[in-house]
Amino acid sequence: MEVQLRSPKEIMKLSRLGCFHQSKLSFLRSFLEEFKDWKYSRDLFELNKEGFGRAVYSFSKNNRTYSLVCFANELKDNERSDRVIATKWDAAFALHDGVPNKQDIDRLYKNVPKQEVGRLSYKELTLSRANRSVRLFNEVVESLSNGRQPNKKILSKVGYLYRTTAVYGSGKFGLADRFRVKNRPEIKGPFRLEMMLVYLVRQFTFDQINHISKNKNPKKFVELDSEIAKGLGIGNSTGLGMAPFIVNHPTLLNNWVLARETILKKIRELENVDKDQFNIFFTCLKKSIKNVENWNTDSDFQKKKIKELFKDLEKTIKYLETINVNQKFLFNEIYKWAENQVCNECLEYLVSIFMEPFDGIVNEFKDKMSSDEDKYFTIPTERKTSELRDILEKNYSDILKLDFSKKENNHNFWFISKNKEEPRLGNRFELNGSELEQPLAISRDIKKLYERVIVTKNSLSIAEFLIENNDLRHAVRRAFIIEKFPYSEILDNTIGQQLMPIDMLRFKLSFFGAIKFDPRSDKWLRICMFQGAPLPNQLNNFDDKWVYETLN
Amino acid sequence: MRSLSEIDTISKRASRAKGFSWGVCEEIGKSVKYLELFGLPGLKNLNQYLKIYDQNKFQQIKLISKSNISENKYHCPISSGIGFLDQIKSLEKLKSLEFNKIAYPILFLPFASRASEILGKKILVKIDEKEFILNFNQSIFGNYSKNEIWENANSVFINFLDNNNSFNEVEWKEMTKFANETFVEESDELKEKSAGAGLTDND
Repeated sequence: MEVQLRSPKEIMKLSRLGCFHQSKLSFLRSFLEEFKDWKYSRDLFELNKEGFGRAVYSFSKNNRTYSLVCFANELKDNERSDRVIATKWDAAFALHDGVPNKQDIDRLYKNVPKQEVGRLSYKELTLSRANRSVRLFNEVVESLSNGRQPNKKILSKVGYLYRTTAVYGSGKFGLADRFRVKNRPEIKGPFRLEMMLVYLVRQFTFDQINHISKNKNPKKFVELDSEIAKGLGIGNSTGLGMAPFIVNHPTLLNNWVLARETILKKIRELENVDKDQFNIFFTCLKKSIKNVENWNTDSDFQKKKIKELFKDLEKTIKYLETINVNQKFLFNEIYKWAENQVCNECLEYLVSIFMEPFDGIVNEFKDKMSSDEDKYFTIPTERKTSELRDILEKNYSDILKLDFSKKENNHNFWFISKNKEEPRLGNRFELNGSELEQPLAISRDIKKLYERVIVTKNSLSIAEFLIENNDLRHAVRRAFIIEKFPYSEILDNTIGQQLMPIDMLRFKLSFFGAIKFDPRSDKWLRICMFQGAPLPNQLNNFDDKWVYETLN
Repeated sequence: MRSLSEIDTISKRASRAKGFSWGVCEEIGKSVKYLELFGLPGLKNLNQYLKIYDQNKFQQIKLISKSNISENKYHCPISSGIGFLDQIKSLEKLKSLEFNKIAYPILFLPFASRASEILGKKILVKIDEKEFILNFNQSIFGNYSKNEIWENANSVFINFLDNNNSFNEVEWKEMTKFANETFVEESDELKEKSAGAGLTDND
């Protein structure tokens, strides 16, 4: 039986992308699999009694070493901000390519704490900063220094001791360009180095809190229990900076979604499913309920989604308890049932957990999720405008129905703020600056392109068409990309009044492997990464379904 | 040191500020990145070009032909470059072509370099007395290595090179002789016992 891939017109809508969840394909899980046999070490730990100073952690194998250089700084409470406009943080980090010498560390000390206004070199791969979750951090210090383990309930509610507020890579602020490292087999998958940084930062947070607690009360102090530490991750505050990424990297976007969709198709096409395989899926699903129960947010938007998810998960479990597990095409049956019976949040949740029993299907896709984007940049100008018209009609049919002369469809504009060079979103009818709009209104520009193409002679080549229409060159390029990469485009209006930018953020974060999405507004959210993940000294032997084993 | 990614981004944004369309800015960013990667002064030349872009009113060109002559103004390297890249499949038939004047000619090179990749042919670009061989956008080889602003070129000659070898048949045969020394002399026994298929395959 052949199952069709789900249509991009169904999947690439923002409201659907905003329902995606972590899965076996997620980059943080792939990172742990990839680096599980690397040697981990803490190479330097020079903190004062208050926990300020520098530390270095590394992963090495054969002749390759990656080192996280950490700087912990004193920060007044009134200086602590997760917003991108902040200029100081509790700690700052850079992932160095190789073993840093003293000069490297001194150079990084002068630059890394400054983040965007510092300069890195080609020897650094990623850059980040993080702030303490102050109340929780202090409570844990209080407990450990008094000889007690911290209260698990409080810990699990927050889920982390530190929150990163940005993780930069790929050439930003002088960091190494991707081309320098892209052929290394261990980082073939996307965002491996960003995940490594976050993972090692997590270990630094445990070491720092133990160090501070010990110095506070050396006689009574107890070390943070490793099982409790395992249940803690790293938080992240994410704003609009992430949103343009998925518009600006169309082939990468395609490869992420195509991997997920192809895996789903292959699982649905399995004629015979072992009972054990079904049990793995069902066990993960049941265990995961605890994650949902513990998914805290003040956002009404998210609360509603969680409530529906919870209700539908209970319904799904009841259904699965009575299902005939010996029937042919079992997962296709489950999918078809879910498609009609549960909300999209739950449907995409199930799609993610479908993957758990099927290493054989999933693993081959982990290395296919990167993209050599330059290869697809050049417009095939020998093609005809009739072909361009066909591509537009086939791939953007819903977009072509939008009327951008209506205010509500043309409500927002994306721009880059001068002070932080970060993307922002504003109401074009209320704010200044829409003349400096960024090219993220793809749906509007595609519609404009279509309106020109349909009044152009069919036999005209694209080269000839561009002579008079170079203002829409970016849209022409995208159209020829979507022809080959059907999941490369958000098939929705990214400037409409109804836009929920956090859908874009959540989509990307789900591929990172984030959980517990907590929208703080429609433009930023908090998440948690690596909660439940093995500690570095446990990497040589861990359960790859750790994500379903949290503190709960 | 600035990364190539930063160079791409700043070139794109700076060009946008001068009014180029986003699609063209993407091309400029990519082109300056390639120049810097190949060791040519892309950013420096783009910077100077953008500085005088508003006043200079370069000669814009739409359809590129065998001979592209401008009476007064120098051709714009960006519109010439993009036109050349877009129209490369039809221009190839001309075997060669020329521009009498191009401003900031370094900025024209990466477009021709990408065209070389599209065609699968090397392209020789002669800018005044300097020569550049564009190798499928893998490298640019030339007798110019100055890190300077090159404002104007009075003649740009472009030749599409046929895919010919750089060596002759005698040299190839001599190399083959060396290479054959790595092979085992074939005896009847070797033929019989070591070859994959049978001696007759008329079944």
